[in-house]
Amino acid sequence: MIVVEDVRKRYGQVQALDGVSFEVREGEVFGLLGPNGAGKSTTVRVLVTLTHADEGRASVAGHDVRAQPNAVRRVIGYVPQDSGVDQFGTGRENLMLQGRVQGMGGRDLPARAQELLELVGIADAADRIVKNYSGGMRRRLDIALGLMHRPRVLFLDEPTTGLDPEARVAMWDEVSRLARAESLTILLTTHYLEEADQLTDRLAIVSQGKVVVEGTSAELKAKLSGDAVHVELEDGFVDAARQVLAGVGAAPEQVLENRTIVSRVANGGRALPGIISALESAGIEVASVSVSRPSLDDVYLHFTGRDFGSEDRAA
Amino acid sequence: MTVARHTWFLTVRQARNLMREPIWIVLLLVQPMVWLVLYGQLFRNVTRLGGFGTGSYITFLAPAIVVMNAFFGATWSGMSMINDLDHKVVERFLATPASRFSIVLSQIVRSALTAAIQAVIILLVALALGVRVHTGIAGWLVIILAGILVNSAFAGISQAIALLTRREATMIAVANFIGLPLLFLSTTMIARPQMPGWMQTAARFNPVDWGVRASREVVLPGTDWGSVAWHLLLLLALSALTAGWATSTFRTYQRSL
Repeated sequence: MIVVEDVRKRYGQVQALDGVSFEVREGEVFGLLGPNGAGKSTTVRVLVTLTHADEGRASVAGHDVRAQPNAVRRVIGYVPQDSGVDQFGTGRENLMLQGRVQGMGGRDLPARAQELLELVGIADAADRIVKNYSGGMRRRLDIALGLMHRPRVLFLDEPTTGLDPEARVAMWDEVSRLARAESLTILLTTHYLEEADQLTDRLAIVSQGKVVVEGTSAELKAKLSGDAVHVELEDGFVDAARQVLAGVGAAPEQVLENRTIVSRVANGGRALPGIISALESAGIEVASVSVSRPSLDDVYLHFTGRDFGSEDRAA
Repeated sequence: MTVARHTWFLTVRQARNLMREPIWIVLLLVQPMVWLVLYGQLFRNVTRLGGFGTGSYITFLAPAIVVMNAFFGATWSGMSMINDLDHKVVERFLATPASRFSIVLSQIVRSALTAAIQAVIILLVALALGVRVHTGIAGWLVIILAGILVNSAFAGISQAIALLTRREATMIAVANFIGLPLLFLSTTMIARPQMPGWMQTAARFNPVDWGVRASREVVLPGTDWGSVAWHLLLLLALSALTAGWATSTFRTYQRSL
């Protein structure tokens, strides 16, 4: 449904996209996961025809984004990161206008607007000025706007940024429900690991303008063999602790905030006593130790971490 | 056709939003009257200098006030575009089949419609003050058209500045910078023979003056319709040019996305 091949884009000195490639299949919810500035939003902007890539090719529903932008625009819904609703219009007016510029008319137009207002749960506020909506209501309207003309592909750029945790979970339910109800292909970007884990069928981790790994959440976790051991130190001694850990076969993979060392071992439960006694005998004070099965968190750390350390980055 | 339909939908949206601001409506209606009454009183005796083609300064002034008001309104018309850019409304429309030209044109049409409404108000107030348009209904239409065209021509520039700079402060600076100089480099308030020679020459190239000449021509006796048509045509060409320029600046904006 979406094909992205080696897309590159540069803003002045910044290489925003450095050869992004991935594919999204029809009917799936696909996530682009990465930190701010990784190139997720730029990728979306290329796909929704807002901006051009310098190199590479991209197509949506079989239409090349560069050669047939209007064909792409007719089959996509785009929900930008920071809203895009007309604050001085009502929710219903916003939807009607969106439908009109997408070529809708007749009885279908008001009926579809009403249907969506109910679907996203803002029917009661439909005729109020958007300026007085809460953040959550506004986000729901954003999504309804993206769905107005029954697109085949929906792009959600950071759909839950700025929402409180409760509203965020509600939004996840909403998106999953909509994906089924409207038989949509969805591409969403997020920097919340949990969101990618819960919401997407498949995902790609984006870092420094590249896709570092792509697959289902379960596949990505399976790429990490063994358990993660997090050792939080009381104070200092990071270097000493690293040496001790390496000595007992728990070579450190990451250091977080200069006090927590993350190592990967085949069996966390069995390795733990040895790790603790080795640290104790070296006189290193430990605040806490935990063992965890691979999470998407670890996947992210693992893949972007390797990327950060790689030689291309140094070059 | 699609462009016309999209422009219409987008214009309706803007007009509707404006009508929701009661203070704005009051200003829209009152401001033109203030211009007409204040300037009309202040410079009442200036016609004694001669060359005005009429002894009634308010008759001389009224058609020019329509043009001046349209011009001032146009220099600010990019504000609404900046607001839409800031709130990503433009970004959302760019991902739909609505063309960039429709987006720009809807801003210009909204601005020109406002100028047309104000033109009617000014003409009605002028009528009450005793101003008689020599050429009747045709004259009224010419004056309103002159207002619309002067507004469109400068609204195009204002939209381009909005898209290029995307900053209200810059817009305000530019509006102030061109507003009064272009007003004084025209025959809006004073008859041509009373201007210094170099100003008379400069005024020939001033689009504000083109509008003033066309609209004043139909108010005073001895109307030269050729001159009216010529100046309106110049304004139409300039409007097309600036609207085209504003649309082309979308490329600069999109490069920033």
